Amino acid sequence: MSTDQSYYVPDQSKWPIVGSVGMFLMLGGLAAVMVNSAESDPTTTAWVVFTLGTLTMIYMITGWLRDVINESHAGLYDAQMDRSFRQGMGWFIFSEVAFFMALFGALFYVRFFAVPWLGGEGAKGSANMLWEGFEAQWPLINMPDPSQFRTPEYVFGPWGLALVNTALLVTSSITLTFSHHALKKDHRKPAILWLAATIALAVIFLGCQAYEYYEAYAHLNLTLESGIFGSMFFLMTGFHGIHVILGTIILAVLLGRLLKGHFTGEKHFGYEAGAWYWHFVDVVWIALFVVVYVL
Amino acid sequence: MSVQALRTGALAVAGLAPASAIAESEWGVNLPYGVTPISQSIYDIHMVVFWICVAIGVGVFLAMFWSIFAYRKSKGAKAAHFHENTTVEVIWTVVPLLILIGMAVPATQTLVKMYDTSDAELDVKITGYQWRWRYEYIEEEIDFFSNPTTPTAQRTGASEKGPNYLMEVDNHLVLPANRKVRFLITANDVIHSWWVNDFGVKQDAIPGFVNEAWAIVKEPGIYRGLCAELCGQGHAFMPIVVEVLPEDEYDEWMAEQIRETHGDSAAEGDDGEVPVATLNQGN
Amino acid sequence: MSAVTDTHAADHHDAHGPAKGFTRWLFTTNHKDIGAMYLIFSFAMFLLGGAMAMVIRAELFQPGMQMVEPAFFNQMTTMHGLIMVFGAVMPAFVGLANYMIPLMIGAPDMALPRMNNWSFWLLPAAFLLLVSTLFMEGGAPNFGWTFYAPLSTEYGPPSTTYFIFAVHIMGISSIMGAINVIATIINLRAPGMTLMKMPLFVWTWLITAFLLIAVMPVLAGVVTMMLMDIHFGTSFFNAAGGGDPVLFQHLFWFFGHPEVYIMILPAFGIVSAIIPAFSRKRLFGYTSMVYATGAIAVLSFFVWAHHMFVVGLPLQAELFFMYATMIIAVPTGVKIFNWISTMFRGSLSFETPMLFAVAFVILFTVGGLSGVMLAIAPADFQYHDTYFVVAHFHYVLVPGAIFGIFAAVYYWLPKWTGHMYNEMLGKTHFWMSFIGMNLAFFPMHFVGLAGMPRRYADYPLQFANFNMISSIGAFMFGVTQLLLLYIVIKTIRGGKKAPAKPWDGAEGLEWDLPSPLPYHTFAKPPTVQ
Ligand code: HEA
Ligand code: HEA
Ligand code: CUA
Ligand SMILES: [Cu+2]
Repeated sequence: MSTDQSYYVPDQSKWPIVGSVGMFLMLGGLAAVMVNSAESDPTTTAWVVFTLGTLTMIYMITGWLRDVINESHAGLYDAQMDRSFRQGMGWFIFSEVAFFMALFGALFYVRFFAVPWLGGEGAKGSANMLWEGFEAQWPLINMPDPSQFRTPEYVFGPWGLALVNTALLVTSSITLTFSHHALKKDHRKPAILWLAATIALAVIFLGCQAYEYYEAYAHLNLTLESGIFGSMFFLMTGFHGIHVILGTIILAVLLGRLLKGHFTGEKHFGYEAGAWYWHFVDVVWIALFVVVYVL
Repeated sequence: MSVQALRTGALAVAGLAPASAIAESEWGVNLPYGVTPISQSIYDIHMVVFWICVAIGVGVFLAMFWSIFAYRKSKGAKAAHFHENTTVEVIWTVVPLLILIGMAVPATQTLVKMYDTSDAELDVKITGYQWRWRYEYIEEEIDFFSNPTTPTAQRTGASEKGPNYLMEVDNHLVLPANRKVRFLITANDVIHSWWVNDFGVKQDAIPGFVNEAWAIVKEPGIYRGLCAELCGQGHAFMPIVVEVLPEDEYDEWMAEQIRETHGDSAAEGDDGEVPVATLNQGN
Repeated sequence: MSAVTDTHAADHHDAHGPAKGFTRWLFTTNHKDIGAMYLIFSFAMFLLGGAMAMVIRAELFQPGMQMVEPAFFNQMTTMHGLIMVFGAVMPAFVGLANYMIPLMIGAPDMALPRMNNWSFWLLPAAFLLLVSTLFMEGGAPNFGWTFYAPLSTEYGPPSTTYFIFAVHIMGISSIMGAINVIATIINLRAPGMTLMKMPLFVWTWLITAFLLIAVMPVLAGVVTMMLMDIHFGTSFFNAAGGGDPVLFQHLFWFFGHPEVYIMILPAFGIVSAIIPAFSRKRLFGYTSMVYATGAIAVLSFFVWAHHMFVVGLPLQAELFFMYATMIIAVPTGVKIFNWISTMFRGSLSFETPMLFAVAFVILFTVGGLSGVMLAIAPADFQYHDTYFVVAHFHYVLVPGAIFGIFAAVYYWLPKWTGHMYNEMLGKTHFWMSFIGMNLAFFPMHFVGLAGMPRRYADYPLQFANFNMISSIGAFMFGVTQLLLLYIVIKTIRGGKKAPAKPWDGAEGLEWDLPSPLPYHTFAKPPTVQ
């Protein structure tokens, strides 16, 4: 609740409408690309629209954030504004959690219900009469109808690259916390170094992940077309990977701002928001590691 | 048809429709009582719950109308000042809860019965296709499609609509009366739903999975049903017709079918030796 | 942007009126402008979705195919459902939230005004994408607003991909809108406005916003999985690869059921403001109303599979979801009883907002009770996917959500425009809507029980009579809505001057402000007793 007198209502801004146009072009273009290539129609125009939309989005995001940064530097934001930003970020992360919960829920369902039923186990086991010879196992290597799918050689165990990746991300959360503590004490130099270390770890993680995908496609025959295991594996690690990429970009921007001296020990919400996001991405990975690789 | 339609329209506009509608029984205003134990216990629960809901509704409406008529400002009503009372709050939390528990008990019993597909004397596999049904008598290895037969001309209005408009097929599903039949329901393309309301059976047909349902039909006769899950543009045009025969007639019919399909020897023979069909649907 | 150069933040905007020209609407950060745009957009979508319903009712006027092809009929059903749910009802409530919540809690604006504008402007983008599918090869989505796989994946038209991205954009818009509502309510309340003093509309929206943030991402997830099944060869909803079409339904309804409460809770809040105002008596049982709303929200996460009683759930699941669903009747009943007790021994008058609110209570109860019948799993084997379900949900949505919105519009229109609407016309609108809607939807109970499945472009002869009545009622209801358009435009353009507080029994901070509202309100927060 507020006792502040100086609530700040920003002036008119063009960014929202630019963002809407950008979103429309980007996703409309992307849809056109997908539909046209599925029908083997030419996709050039669609690509142009998509690119235009994406550029518009980038323009919007950078412009919008620049405004916010400038306003913040101009001292327009008070404690109440700060709380609103924090809440906004917090609930945004909550929505991301809900998204990943849906994916985890889906994995749980196929693993403990759908696949066993198809294999003749449990309450709906009569499904097996349609899939003669199919046996339920997890990870699912042999599909109910193998003719339609690529059969993977085997799937990744947890104690190889996945474990390395886990170590990388956990460490990155720790280094980020070191950086944050240093920043709070206004120790700029260690703050910068630890943040740079975090970004380095993130990039290594992404490298490992890319290598794993390469292995999967090139040598294991584990692809999106490899039935439900492949689908789930790439869906979950893929969406996590996208979040890591996004998080890395955020951290890089923060590093740039830190170098420019944007943050002080007291006031650095932008930094904190980025850090929250990174920790969230880390926690999701740990859940993924347990559920997708170990179990 | 159209005279009746005109009359109906006129009645509706006059606002008399609901009253006359219920009077004319041929209009069909309620669930059928049906011909299987399940459809009948569903009907009973339905009526109990329906009357409870009517009673609650009437109570709520009476209280409202009382307030509406008795406490009008225009009639000089002055507002009282109460705005809280824990006792009534507790009462109107607990009483509905008890009513609900009362409904849940018979519902649970019926549901448990519906799920008991054991000890069936006949297994029929039903597969939904866009837009027709396929029936397989698993043990007997009889297998046929059931296609809708209503002519397009009737749909477009080019010819008079028959009495069974949209509810007629070429091959009926034939079942014996008084025997427990188990339906194994699946689909070949998209989800359909096999529904015969006189049996109280509605089960989604899910491609790649098998749902079970059962029926014991007491009265021979012809029963009609419809596909109940949106399955594309032919959704309204894939009816179900089940012909229930007295047991001996059914056995004759079945013998005839077996003769036609498998030749004479099979018809005489020991049905134990006929291998159970396990058809992989694999598209 | 100009703000950047402005170092006197404290009061620089006090003197600002709205900007001139159309950029006011494109670039605005004002909660009233944004709220108004939401409401206008929503009404346009209501007419569009309603026009599609008119096509449906015209085709079903008689058995046989008269007007459209079955394939197009399915597109109409699908688009009608989608547009009404995502285009009419949800944006209308978000618009009301934008307009009223800051006024009700004594805040100068929404917490994140620029994001607020973006939430709105994403909607036209989303619906442009969605509605454009009608003109595409293969036609618009035709698989029902529930878009069950595999009908929507392997068998869907090419436009499905556009539909998926449209849903993504709507989701982003809703999530940002909800975040904004929560941040506003938590942070921007005036001094003295404690949580338990907030008007119920604010409470119900706080809880609705929470539901939105929790379930819209699930919808985004499920359409993404569809996208991958369509274009990238995955097999989430394909049994041949170990997936399951029913998985789609679990995910969809995990979103879908809370979604239906998203469409009703704000209406509960509106009615809880209007009934006390026209009963000239305080709302009965405020505290229990708050808890009941919370209870409905929590329960709504555990009942989703009552839409799936006939997909072949294991018995235990069936029982669990049946019991959980039935329990929702209890907190909802608490609300109904509280409203009646508010009216009991009050001093009642029946201006248009009150008429809509009273009709809401009565007819929502009808819809709720048919909901309880549907919740009885064994009986739902007969009801499911028939017009009985269509009757149920139109009774909770039309006299529920839509009447709630109508009531709100009449109640606050004097505040927004500074003019009184014409009471006679308002009452005409009410009675025509009331009769039309009952005539349209009540007979659907009967055809449903008698066995008419939903999403049928054509039907056997025994359902003919009731369908004709339904269609007549629907046309009547539809035409009547043009009257609403007329009334609102007329009120905006002139009419009797409205005082600051046109309803003598009304309570709340918004009535302390002048009518029409100044462009900026509560630049300095008021103090609540
Ligand atoms: C605003 C939207 C809204 C609301 C509020 C509700 C409220 C409820 N709904 Fe409804 N429902 C829909 C919108 C809504 N529904 C839609 C859109 C569909 C179809 C989706 C589709 O398939 O396309 C649907 C479908 C639907 C089904 C699936 C039917 C089927 O497809 O087979 C079921 C089944 O349980 C159900 C149940 C309920 C229940 C129990 C409530 C309860 O919340 C109702 C509670 C209210 C009351 C009970 C009345 C007041 C209470 C009292 C007076 C107290 C005393 C009462 C008792 C003790 C009984 N609904
Ligand atoms: C809030 C939601 C909402 C609302 C308000 C409505 C409103 C209406 N609905 Fe709705 N309906 C749904 C949500 C809603 N519906 C959903 C979710 C479905 C399920 C879809 C599915 O199965 O997938 C459905 C399905 C549905 C069906 C079943 C279709 C089928 O199974 O095939 C029918 C049939 O009569 C119907 C009728 C109506 C009618 C007559 C109205 C009336 O209230 C409409 C009132 C009419 C108007 C407001 C029009 C006014 C305007 C004009 C007459 C002029 C037009 C002019 C211009 C456009 C310039 N609806
Ligand atoms: Cu098959 Cu509907
Ligand atoms: Cu529901």
